[in-house]
Amino acid sequence: MKIFLNLLKTPAFCIGFGLFVATILVAALFPLFYEVDISTRVGLPYMHPSRDHWLGTDHLGLDMVSLLVHGLRASLYVGFLAGIIATVTGTLLGMYAGFKGGLIDDIITMITNLFIVIPPFVVLVLISSSLKEGRSLALIGLIIGCTSWSWTARAVRAQASSLKSRDHIALARVNGYRTFGIVVLHILPYLLSYVFMVFILQTATGILSEASISMIGLGPYDTISLGTILNQAMRNEALGDGVWWAFMPATILITVTVFALYVINTSMEGVFNPRLRK
Amino acid sequence: MPIFEVDNLHLHYLTRFKDRIHAVSGVSFAMEKGEVFGIAGESGCGKSTLVNGCMGLFIPPLYPTSGEVRVAGESIMGRTPDDVRRNVLGRKVAMIPQGAFNSLNPTRKIKDLAADMIASHENGANRSEIYERLRERFARIGMQADTVLNAFPIELTAGMRQRCVIAISTLLDPQMVIADEPTSALDVTTQKSVIRMIFDLLDKGIFSTMIFITHELPLLRHVAGRIAVMYAGQFVEVGTTEQVVFDPRHPYTQALMGAMLSAEPGQKQKKPVAIEGAPPNLALPIHGCRFAERCPVARADCVSTEQEIRTVAGREVRCAYAE
Amino acid sequence: MPNEKPVFSAAGVSRVFGHGKKAVTALDNVSFHIADQEIVSLVGGSGCGKSVLAKIMLGLITPTAGQFLYRGNPIGDAREHWREVQPVFQDPFSCFNQFFSIRSQLKASFGILNTRPSRREMEERVDHALRAVNIEPPEIEGKYPFELSGGQMQRMLLARIFALRPRVLIADEPTSMVDACVRANILDYLMKLKEELGMTIVFITHDIGLAYYVSDRIFIMHHGRIVEHGPPDRVTMHPENEHTVKLLDDIPSIHKDWLSRTNVSRKPGAVH
Repeated sequence: MKIFLNLLKTPAFCIGFGLFVATILVAALFPLFYEVDISTRVGLPYMHPSRDHWLGTDHLGLDMVSLLVHGLRASLYVGFLAGIIATVTGTLLGMYAGFKGGLIDDIITMITNLFIVIPPFVVLVLISSSLKEGRSLALIGLIIGCTSWSWTARAVRAQASSLKSRDHIALARVNGYRTFGIVVLHILPYLLSYVFMVFILQTATGILSEASISMIGLGPYDTISLGTILNQAMRNEALGDGVWWAFMPATILITVTVFALYVINTSMEGVFNPRLRK
Repeated sequence: MPIFEVDNLHLHYLTRFKDRIHAVSGVSFAMEKGEVFGIAGESGCGKSTLVNGCMGLFIPPLYPTSGEVRVAGESIMGRTPDDVRRNVLGRKVAMIPQGAFNSLNPTRKIKDLAADMIASHENGANRSEIYERLRERFARIGMQADTVLNAFPIELTAGMRQRCVIAISTLLDPQMVIADEPTSALDVTTQKSVIRMIFDLLDKGIFSTMIFITHELPLLRHVAGRIAVMYAGQFVEVGTTEQVVFDPRHPYTQALMGAMLSAEPGQKQKKPVAIEGAPPNLALPIHGCRFAERCPVARADCVSTEQEIRTVAGREVRCAYAE
Repeated sequence: MPNEKPVFSAAGVSRVFGHGKKAVTALDNVSFHIADQEIVSLVGGSGCGKSVLAKIMLGLITPTAGQFLYRGNPIGDAREHWREVQPVFQDPFSCFNQFFSIRSQLKASFGILNTRPSRREMEERVDHALRAVNIEPPEIEGKYPFELSGGQMQRMLLARIFALRPRVLIADEPTSMVDACVRANILDYLMKLKEELGMTIVFITHDIGLAYYVSDRIFIMHHGRIVEHGPPDRVTMHPENEHTVKLLDDIPSIHKDWLSRTNVSRKPGAVH
């Protein structure tokens, strides 16, 4: 709680956090004020923004605001899913490798390096295009998560292996802790702030990756995301026709969300040092 | 004219949340050329902050509150850290830090580290000429120039690393050297050899004036001509080594001396008495004597009366009741 | 009643690190006995092998040659060994996890015991241990390691020993990172551990003056060998080995000439 209060004294954090909370509130609470409906045609294709439909309609005549709210929810969902998977996988593998050392370390490091040299986006494209039928939002999130943990694992491994030789680990050992207890109680807390920052970053990457993959037409079939909105706009040549409301709002939403997460990440750095916690 | 002067120096740190920590409150002293001045005190008493102040090096969160530092009559306050590094450090004031491991870049050879030091002060100096000068200098101060200069810091022993740090920081014949616990991380034998080297440099005239900071009073007894004892950001007793070590008058100095141990006949029966308690929190305003809480001879008014420095038995003492 | 068998006995113990051309002999054919309830100091400069010997005593590394016994048996399972033999480390700041309160970490040390004492007994033992090192329990209530000074932290490491009550304590340079004025305290607590709890203590230091003050016997080490050993009065007053003489000489003492500079062009005390 104290950390959070200290964070609130940092202007950059307030901006980032405020923006991010706003996007979540929009995604969660907007349906309360606004009739969100993405299955009924409310008018002609590409209607201009009006009082009834604040941002006009899309190429099928669906309400744009409803689509955006829906898309934002999907993007946040996919971002968090990918972020959690990537962070948890990377942290666990990294800590285990760093603390154990020896053969286990060598094997995990080798696998990590393998994943680092494979460009995640290429894998994403390959897997997505081979899955014609069941390409759901959750699956996309899973794929993004599974292809982007490698850098986290590498950084966490380095930190864990330097923590390993610290005296408090030696003391924990003579206090009778076994490997699991030492990793969870005596290594993880030292990495927690870093891991949380990585999680924020991974979430932002997840949102961006989903948007990119959807935009080139390999997005989820089961729902609308901000990326698929852009994809539709592109396919129907909204850009050339000057139909700005088909792509601008979605682009801005993605930018704002990712920007907010990046700002949160950078502003946390100083405050997360426990020595400054007094 | 004194070669080095600190005049009523106040320094403070700003915490992240803009609280001021007054690490140094009103330190004044002057040094003549050729003098070795010792500063003793526990960790956290402001010694190391004072060192930064004496170099005029203010890197946030450390800020000068007020006061002056003069080298040969010229103020070194109010400069940017960059200006200080270029124009003060090395030539006017050189600093010998505690941990030689942290101050030597492990990826470069000693000769490159030393050459960088010269090159940063002499624009366009020829590299091979610099190496030649380094070889001469290292040989002159009794180091095996060829082996040491071509070694990486990790290949040297702790004592040798510290000697290299000393050799490098005094390359430009500084007017003033500040040694901040230069031997605290070393064992007794290495400590002695490093101290010998420092005095060898003094004898050879590489530098002549030095501030030596340590928490070991017995060491200061052999190193310094004059000693200041520092407590909670202030000098509490300043006098000659004889006065401070053998005839301390401030209760804190007396307590420090009482806590010392030594392996000499008859000393095993003498029970050293440690000083209980902790120094006051410098972030809060302090009323009265700063040592009052831990002072074994404190009187009722000590906690309320600010103590001024006054002359007792030929030295300066910050205690109204010292005799 | 003191145990019949020596606490530690070493016969021709050597430890070599690395192999082939790069082999470094850290301990070279060391033999000794340490009796129950003895305070033995291992004294020597850096690289003399004293810390390696301490690690062998703690069961953290094994000798490459010779026989090392704890109460007549080789050290087997390390956790088993740590129930009886516990360390105090050099750097008190890095010894505690900064995310947990000091008190909870003191209690965590009971984890090594086979049967953990009841909750109430643990609290009582911790309170008692804190008082043993002159700290009233409320002083550290809810405090975290970075809120204490170096001297206080080192006392916390000793409080841990007072609470845990191992039979043997290996104190590896417990005084080198604390201020000179706190050292006397630390040594007093070591003696108290022996007197009140009957502990056997191995005290490792580079300062023979400190060793003189607490020990029953002093082992002087140099280049992996024990070059001289004996009672502190004999070793410090009538040293027989040149290395002992040097160690004694190198301590800056208040009353004797220390630097003895030959080239006295200007004395260090030349003032004004």
